[in-house]
Amino acid sequence: MTEKISEDQVKHVAELAKLKIADDQLPYFTTQLDQIIGLFETLSEVDTEGVEPTSSVTDQINVMRDDIAENWNQRQALLDNAPDTADGYIRVPTIIDESGDNE
Amino acid sequence: MNFETTIGLEVHVELKTNSKIFSPSPVEFGDEPNSNTNVIDWGYPGVLPTTNKGVVHDGIMAGLALHAQIERHPHFDRKNYFYPDNPKAYQITQSETPIAHDGWVEIDVDGKKKKIGIAEMHIEEDAGKNSHASEYSYVDLNRQGTPLIEIVSKPDISSPDEAYAYLEQLRQVIQFTGVSDVKMEEGSMRVDVNISVRPVGQKEYGVKTELKNLNSFNYVKKGLAFEEQRHQRVLMSGGKISQETRRFDETTGQTILMRTKEGSDDYRYFPEPDLPVLNISQEWIDSIEKELPEPPAKRRERYVNELGITDYDAMVITQTKEMSDFFDKMIAAGADAKLAANYLQGDVNAYMNDNQVELQDTKITPEHLATMIKLISDGTISSKMAKKVFKAITNGEEPKKFVEDKGMVQLSDPAKLQPIVDEVVAANPQSVEDFHNGKDRAIGFLVGQIMKQTHGKANPQVINKMLKDSMSK
Repeated sequence: MTEKISEDQVKHVAELAKLKIADDQLPYFTTQLDQIIGLFETLSEVDTEGVEPTSSVTDQINVMRDDIAENWNQRQALLDNAPDTADGYIRVPTIIDESGDNE
Repeated sequence: MNFETTIGLEVHVELKTNSKIFSPSPVEFGDEPNSNTNVIDWGYPGVLPTTNKGVVHDGIMAGLALHAQIERHPHFDRKNYFYPDNPKAYQITQSETPIAHDGWVEIDVDGKKKKIGIAEMHIEEDAGKNSHASEYSYVDLNRQGTPLIEIVSKPDISSPDEAYAYLEQLRQVIQFTGVSDVKMEEGSMRVDVNISVRPVGQKEYGVKTELKNLNSFNYVKKGLAFEEQRHQRVLMSGGKISQETRRFDETTGQTILMRTKEGSDDYRYFPEPDLPVLNISQEWIDSIEKELPEPPAKRRERYVNELGITDYDAMVITQTKEMSDFFDKMIAAGADAKLAANYLQGDVNAYMNDNQVELQDTKITPEHLATMIKLISDGTISSKMAKKVFKAITNGEEPKKFVEDKGMVQLSDPAKLQPIVDEVVAANPQSVEDFHNGKDRAIGFLVGQIMKQTHGKANPQVINKMLKDSMSK
């Protein structure tokens, strides 16, 4: 029995990551993830009282690029690397339209 | 049972920058698929995005135009999802610190003014575009990384008509800043709506439904009106609305169930580690505020109060910044405001519609049109002659020169007109008698005769007066 993450949560996370996990594999991954979370919990031993949450770990601020367009002409190379293409498009298995935006 | 309706609108607006939000690829439409993409747009391993300063600038500008507070320390967040239109498997957006928050636009529905609050406005990247065939789908990533702003309204909108007015105002306010074309038909403005209905007096909002496939402001209004009725009907009969996404059917005007929502979406937002945080200085905000063109509401006020044109005329002229700027330039060039407004809504609009062009893409200049209007005002040409002059203006010709070259100057000199008036009066005793018997039409006939003799050059006002004087003797 684990404490930090439930089998249902592991199942949910797997679904979000589009991973298939067989039911009999669930206890195995749940135990593993539980241990990993335990490892990270070491971090919570640090006293962060009064410390602002950090959204970036670099000390860079305001690194911006001027709005100048450049075409690197990488189209062919990129398409050559795609698993499947047709007429300059990337060809993929039919997508069930989930957005409703016709795209 | 009485109900009240609450409507929320999420509006995506494409910014008209030169390059994408996180890569220097050009933002261009209609090019060969995937030609405006690079390794960053495709989300290759090891690449790093860099924030386009122009996007932050435009975001601040739009925020200011919406009277919003600008976030001084914004950062970007990752929104994780899998879909082939986005090869990174996440969208870089803003969740925690939207660049602007707490703004408003003022709407006017049947003369009732109301402020609609804007909860937040954030900047983010657009996804690519998929097209579907029977066996495969096809992905074009040219649009991937196009900068967007998303504007989220507060739950202040309480009817489909208010939703329509809000969208129209929002479109105008953004259009006047120049950061976007805001055209729904071209996809540079996209609208998602949600609606809930509750009995009057109930504290909690009702269950909301989302609507998709709303490709015009009119469809937004129609879809919402249908949904509002449906909610009320279900609630009246003791039923329950379920949280779902529905699709508006343009042919029937109804909404159709697309999918039921189970639980909330789980996008696992976290701060984007590849982009440094931003620190927006007050100086930058101030300098952008100075760049802001006069907003449409202010212009309408000025047009009505200072130039004396009608509310309606002012509203039509402020549909686009181009039209409004054009009008201002005509006034600066000395044109009469009322005539300028009439010509913009009449001949100019008709010309744009007939030729399917935007004002700025025609050869018509505000100076030429103002010159023509001055020629009408001082009696040099008649409004009938102006038709020909207008045509010349659409070809880029200078109206004064055109009028002189064609000898189109209107005859207004009584000394030159008197012999013709006398002649026509003498030749038409019946009309003169009719005039004395109170038949006003008689004078029209006589004016027509003089027009014929002068090949349409006589000034109708002048000869009208001269005819009356002559016959009243």
